[in-house]
Amino acid sequence: MSGVEGYMYPNEITLYWSVLIVLYPYITGLVAGAFILASLERVFRVEAVKPTYRLALLTALAFLLVAPLPLVLHLGHPFRSPEMYFTPHDTSAMAMFGYVYMWYLMAVLVFEIWLDYRREIVLLSQSSKGLLRLVYKVMTLGSSNISERSLAIDERVGWIVTLVGIPSAFLLHGYVGFIFGSLKANPWWSSPLMPVVFIFSAMVSGIAAVMLLYMALTRLRKQKIDMHCVDTIAMYMFYIFIIDFSLEMLDLIHRIYEADESFRSLNFMAHTKLFFSQIVLQICLGTIVPLILLFLTQVVKLPEIARKYMYVLSGSLALIGVLAMRWNVVIGGQLFSKSFLGYTTYKMALVTREGLLMAIGLTLLPLLFLWVLVKLLPPWPEKNASVAAD
Amino acid sequence: MNISRRKMLILLPAAAVAWESVLAGTPEASPNYKMSDHWWGMLIDISKCIGCGNCVRACQTENDVPEGYFRTWVERYHVDDYHLENPVVISPDGGKEGFPVVKEDAGKYFFVPKMCNHCADSPCTQVCPVGATFISPDGVVLIDQKYCLGCAYCVQACPYGCRYVHPTKEVADKCTLCYHRITKGLTTACCEACPTGARQLADLKNPNDPIHEFLKTHNVQVLKPQMATGAKAFYNDLDGSVR
Repeated sequence: MSGVEGYMYPNEITLYWSVLIVLYPYITGLVAGAFILASLERVFRVEAVKPTYRLALLTALAFLLVAPLPLVLHLGHPFRSPEMYFTPHDTSAMAMFGYVYMWYLMAVLVFEIWLDYRREIVLLSQSSKGLLRLVYKVMTLGSSNISERSLAIDERVGWIVTLVGIPSAFLLHGYVGFIFGSLKANPWWSSPLMPVVFIFSAMVSGIAAVMLLYMALTRLRKQKIDMHCVDTIAMYMFYIFIIDFSLEMLDLIHRIYEADESFRSLNFMAHTKLFFSQIVLQICLGTIVPLILLFLTQVVKLPEIARKYMYVLSGSLALIGVLAMRWNVVIGGQLFSKSFLGYTTYKMALVTREGLLMAIGLTLLPLLFLWVLVKLLPPWPEKNASVAAD
Repeated sequence: MNISRRKMLILLPAAAVAWESVLAGTPEASPNYKMSDHWWGMLIDISKCIGCGNCVRACQTENDVPEGYFRTWVERYHVDDYHLENPVVISPDGGKEGFPVVKEDAGKYFFVPKMCNHCADSPCTQVCPVGATFISPDGVVLIDQKYCLGCAYCVQACPYGCRYVHPTKEVADKCTLCYHRITKGLTTACCEACPTGARQLADLKNPNDPIHEFLKTHNVQVLKPQMATGAKAFYNDLDGSVR
């Protein structure tokens, strides 16, 4: 049979989870990572990253709005998906998705953004005209009190929401890792490390995404990039990356040393079908190279322009590496037979509901959402303030 | 016989509903069947299987299984000498049309029929996000296809590769142990078609079922016991190389 080597159970030849399921953990990871970066400023008082605080929140929201789409589009019966809310199966990890998602979207992210922007929203609802005025009016939710006392309460509540948001972000993404890690049938997935690795790689990708977006948008706005801010973000990214890499290597070394019944199968895959996506993209280009670049920026005194290029390169490579990691988990986990006797091939379609074009569209959609959000709720300091600061 | 217009008006819709049921192939009810009286499983005797593929064909016909997918299939193992970890396994088209003739004689050859194990602690029902797949009170793992989302999480969770997503219905599909037959006192289509009696439907709650005597007197094993799924497809004469 074409694309099959050795023996696959006959129902295993087709892959049931496509590239859309690769995007799902990737996108939720970006959400969680971006939020953790925002919390650095809000909860841990890392003032240096303040210029990215609001952008990080809006990025998280833009990606979170798209996060369920790949899941829903992949379902055989998307219109039945509300059943997960109404009649969740209490033993299913996946049944949690709707609740975790809604909690994170409404109780954490939207709430925090609203609190943080409330003053601006009220002012804009008074100063803007036409339809936009109505939009801002609705966004005030009828609360137009922007007295000092009221804003102080917003600040306090916002802090608490962020505090709750950190474990929620871990829950959102750790849970995604658990969906894979808890399946005993699949040795490629079944690992208690899976949720932890997912969380740390999510932080790396989310932080890298916000850093790149901040640099790109600041350049587009013809403003000066705050290097102290970017240096600090890169430092955190470096440390988290080290933890992420260590965990992934621990998992790998453990598998190699333990060499259980699945090892020969998995080892064969890493040397053949997954060689490019795992060894080349994920480990070498997506992890070791950016780690070396970030390490150099930490130990060598480099000029600003060199640091900028290295951050852009390491951030972009990290994003590719994490995407490759998701690919290797989701697609890799279905390429070998649970009999450990054979391998199949993933044939990605181009223009289907779960094809490549849809995947590209879903990857770009959050950027469109982000553009709208940035227009509606500018994450930059108000013009007067920035002039005064200059 | 005279039928008044009034009676006709009542009878016509009733006849239409009845006819629709006939067209839809609605199984007749089995009022005498009590689920709590049964606990179904399957006995598969490897030493008796000749790899004819009758069971696969019967299953596909009985259950309208889509082309290229299998509710049951037969594998042929070839184990050379002590290479238990490296068996050569084939199952051309699920073994539906039998197997090619063996040319070389080294090592041992045997057939292993596979199907849903109707596990008592089934990982597939555990993961279903809406409970569309469930274990019936008589121990059969079933799917409510009107409720299934088609997320394929259950397909991933089955250690035995027994599930698939139906290509046109876009819902999970698998062996039902011919539930529409066994609740009427019949055996499954695969058991019925097996010429050597290699497959035997077993009711573990029925003290008179020969399964009890068989289990006591034979070396019986389940597939992948390390998965601890409470599998109820019991294999007699199972070779250590089978996975």
